[in-house]
Amino acid sequence: MNNLAQKYLRQEALPLIFCPGCGDGIVLNCFIRAIDALGIRDDLGLVSGIGCSSWIPVYIDVDVVHCLHGRAVPLAEGLKMARPDKHVVVFSGDGDCFGIGGNHIIHAARRNIDITVIMINNYIYGMTGGQRAPTTPFEAITKTSPLGNDERPFDILSMMTGAGATYYARWTTAHPVQLEKAFECAITHKGLSFVEVMSPCPTQAGRTIFGIRSAVELMAWYKNNTYIMRKGAAPDPSEKRIPLGLLYQREDEIEYTKAVAQKRSVRI
Amino acid sequence: MRITIDEKWCKGCGLCIAACKRQVLAFGDNYNTSGYRLPEAVNAIHCTGCRMCEYMCPDLCVSLDK
Repeated sequence: MNNLAQKYLRQEALPLIFCPGCGDGIVLNCFIRAIDALGIRDDLGLVSGIGCSSWIPVYIDVDVVHCLHGRAVPLAEGLKMARPDKHVVVFSGDGDCFGIGGNHIIHAARRNIDITVIMINNYIYGMTGGQRAPTTPFEAITKTSPLGNDERPFDILSMMTGAGATYYARWTTAHPVQLEKAFECAITHKGLSFVEVMSPCPTQAGRTIFGIRSAVELMAWYKNNTYIMRKGAAPDPSEKRIPLGLLYQREDEIEYTKAVAQKRSVRI
Repeated sequence: MRITIDEKWCKGCGLCIAACKRQVLAFGDNYNTSGYRLPEAVNAIHCTGCRMCEYMCPDLCVSLDK
């Protein structure tokens, strides 16, 4: 157990429930490094829904709400409206964020409220047994699509930026140093910041979608099939690999709690 | 450099071994009480202290002391 883990984790809740080789532990590792670097332990509220990835904040010894399936984003919005001085972070999986809570995340992005949404994308419903999720790739084989997935997945970048999110970064758990920096930038950014973390699931997605059982080989797949895109560079259409990095950011949009506070001061 | 691996919480996924560019870590002969094979610092003299094993451990059980 490293020093940071001793400082930030609830020792009575250990060991972590994640399967061997799960990326959620790396996200937890990077997140406690980010909050240690920013020094915001006492100004932090963590919210999560249901799923493997929603167990991440439960282990961190700060204020945590573990709420209904898919309803983490509206709860975080309420928390932010009540205490606009605090940093609110939502941990959510791909099914929790876009399957069950899909409508909530769109409207939170439209309001541009200052919360950070960390979406851990493993392409599958992992905890419930490997059913296809809204992010499962086209033609991918899962437990509920044994002949290949006939549905196309969400284009999350276009969806979130189209809905009005003002910060979008995508990293994998094979890039933990960059992921930690992305968390720091997303928490300090004013407005809805969305961090997509591509995370391997050796138990469900590895066995069915990728056909790789080993956590090490799956991590190598994530490293070989992604590339880091420079800031402001246009994506190359002939590139088959997935772009990573800070893919979208704008600072000129007004933030929701600020807009509400301005209205209120005018009326009184 | 001293690399310690927490026997109690290690799940033997091998990500720390793959993360090390200098082949410092390798699976040893010991198993923990949960039945997972534990990695060992077999080549600790080559460690540069980059801390990638610490970053990549999903169970936060690798610690590196300089």
